[in-house]
Amino acid sequence: MADTGEGKKEEADYKRLHNFPLIRHTDMPEEMRVEAMELCVTACEKYTTNNESAAKMIKEMMDKKFGSSWHVVIGESFGFEITHEVKNLLYMFFGGNLAVCVWKCS
Amino acid sequence: ELKEEFTRILTANNPHAPQNIVRYSFKKRAYKPVSYVDQMAIHFTLNGNMIPKDSDEGRRQSIKLITAAEKDPVETSAVTSEEAEIKDEESTGDTQAAGEEEAEESGKAEVAEAAEGEESPPPRVKEQKLANQFNFIERASRTLNNPTRERACQSEPTPCADFSATVNQWETYDAYVEELQKVEKSKEKEKTKAQVAKREEEKKKKGRKFTSLESQIDDIKKISKAVKIMERMVNQNIFDDIAQDFKYFEDASDEYRDQKGTLLPLWNFQYHKARGRAVTAISWNPKYKDLFAVGYGSYDFMKQCQGMLVLYTMKNPSFPEYVFSTESGIMCLDFHNDHPYLVAVGFYDGNVAIYNLKKATSQPSYKSNAMSGKHTEPVWQVKWQKDDMDNNLNFFSVSSDGRIVSWTLVKNELVHTDVIKLPAQGTTMQGPEGLQLQTLGCGTAFDFHKKIDYLFLVGTEEGKIYKCSKRYSSQFLDVFEAHHMAVDTVSWNPYHLKVFISCSSDWTVKIWDHTIKTPMFIFDLSSAVGDVAWSPYSSTVFAAVTTDGKAHVYDLSINKYEALCTQLVAKKKSKATHIQFNPVYPVVVVGDEQGHIISLKLSPNLRKMPKEKKGQEVKKGPEVEIAKLDKLLNLVRDPESKA
Repeated sequence: MADTGEGKKEEADYKRLHNFPLIRHTDMPEEMRVEAMELCVTACEKYTTNNESAAKMIKEMMDKKFGSSWHVVIGESFGFEITHEVKNLLYMFFGGNLAVCVWKCS
Repeated sequence: ELKEEFTRILTANNPHAPQNIVRYSFKKRAYKPVSYVDQMAIHFTLNGNMIPKDSDEGRRQSIKLITAAEKDPVETSAVTSEEAEIKDEESTGDTQAAGEEEAEESGKAEVAEAAEGEESPPPRVKEQKLANQFNFIERASRTLNNPTRERACQSEPTPCADFSATVNQWETYDAYVEELQKVEKSKEKEKTKAQVAKREEEKKKKGRKFTSLESQIDDIKKISKAVKIMERMVNQNIFDDIAQDFKYFEDASDEYRDQKGTLLPLWNFQYHKARGRAVTAISWNPKYKDLFAVGYGSYDFMKQCQGMLVLYTMKNPSFPEYVFSTESGIMCLDFHNDHPYLVAVGFYDGNVAIYNLKKATSQPSYKSNAMSGKHTEPVWQVKWQKDDMDNNLNFFSVSSDGRIVSWTLVKNELVHTDVIKLPAQGTTMQGPEGLQLQTLGCGTAFDFHKKIDYLFLVGTEEGKIYKCSKRYSSQFLDVFEAHHMAVDTVSWNPYHLKVFISCSSDWTVKIWDHTIKTPMFIFDLSSAVGDVAWSPYSSTVFAAVTTDGKAHVYDLSINKYEALCTQLVAKKKSKATHIQFNPVYPVVVVGDEQGHIISLKLSPNLRKMPKEKKGQEVKKGPEVEIAKLDKLLNLVRDPESKA
């Protein structure tokens, strides 16, 4: 009982603790980065169950704000190799287990 | 080529007509070429003024003509009116024709009448006139169109870069854990910084914040120590053979050399920035036996340069330990016996300064200036004295301006006191207003007695040596007519209380007993002697360097007349300027005019210690011998004074 209790506590802790958005790699300028990050957080929180819709929202907003041909990938387990325009890449973690990769390439 | 036939085709096409006119078709939302282009080329146009009779304009004009003709001949109305009446009756369609015909028939003279006759139907014609008021003439023109030209350009493609990563559950987890740890650490650091800052603010001992500085300086400090050790190790490796020689090599061939010795060259010390400057002073540090200071300057009046104070250690021959740059050339320096980090320095411009080696600044700790009584001529020698009664550091300086000045460090300032002014004998002049002026002699060297504190010797440019006491400021205890030229160095024997040595540019080195006016020994070195120094281990050994670059080592107990060793030590024909014995090791350091410093090891013959009298203090041993020698010489010279 104690173990499971602790286990649950840990889970809860981990969820609580690791919920903040953690940028893993980016080469965006400051403003763009902040905006993109907030956008991702909003999208992920809105569409917690549906990664596709979240990605769609992010992509369309980015296209509008920063120009055409953005690509967005959201998931929990994938590998990727991409070519992106310099200063237009954001790769971040969110929600403890979700990874978002946003880049521009026309 | 000339025989080639060209076919020419005549076509009805207009060569100037464009063949590719394109019009935008809104239906198809695209540009479409026009299928048929007008091929007509008009070469000449002329607007004529012929109008067809039956058109409106034609009829109007003809009526105008008729009415004009009717107006003129009003007088001949009868004939015309008859004709007119006749015409009125006839149909309108034929009136004009009839009129015309009648006119033609009546002949030319009646043309006017006929014309008048035609005027008969004026009301009808007037109506027609009113109907068409406007006369149109079409006119068109076109501006010059510049010929078009095509221009194309392509922008650079946007820069792209590749990026790859993997996303897994554990990756995200790890990343988060790391981040949290970082955050915690930074929080701790902030806390400690804040605490330390608070403590310091409370204590208010020093205004600086240690932690931030320390974390920066710590790394550098740690490295600097290690780097220093590394440097010395590397140097030792490079100069390994020299280090071995220094430590262990004893020249075995000395046994066969019949009392003569050699100087084995060891390290060369150099500092690239000090190249070209003459070595003007050398002094060993009393505490650290491997550290010695070298002053750089220039003896040449015309070519004065910036001076340098450079401290070398024998452990590192490649680079000096301390370097201080000065405005004026250094002429002399001295280490303080009790405070081996204090160096007193005398400059060519007459200033004196104290350098504190413990402090990291490149400027002297204390410096004299014109107001605080600096010398007006180069300072040739400085020597530290014992602390005065108030425990203030003080040192003496002698200069060509004839003053011997005592400098005391009082409350962080150099205070000077003139101790003695050297009069030039026989030159008291009658100045204006009956004053007696005394010109001052030029002091070039001095030395203080090791035991008798107040007694010191001063060598002058005229070649005299004065024996002075600190207590008498205007009179000397004694005068020695020592040399013919300037006295370069005077030095008391480190053991014998009465004996001192002097050297001069008149090529001689003389050894004196200060109670006797004449020198005990005279050595002629065939070249101007730059410096002479007693050895610290024996009272009968001394070394001298001359301007021909040679070093001479004498041992009076072995050979009273000749040098045990005469060796060329300076490179490239430069003059050797100074020599100093290391207080502990059998090493001498020689400096020359080019700024080179050479260290040499004395071979065993040069440092023979008297082995016979072991019961007595070894140091006193030679002294007894010398006393004997003195007396011997005296017997030779002045049989009278013995009595």
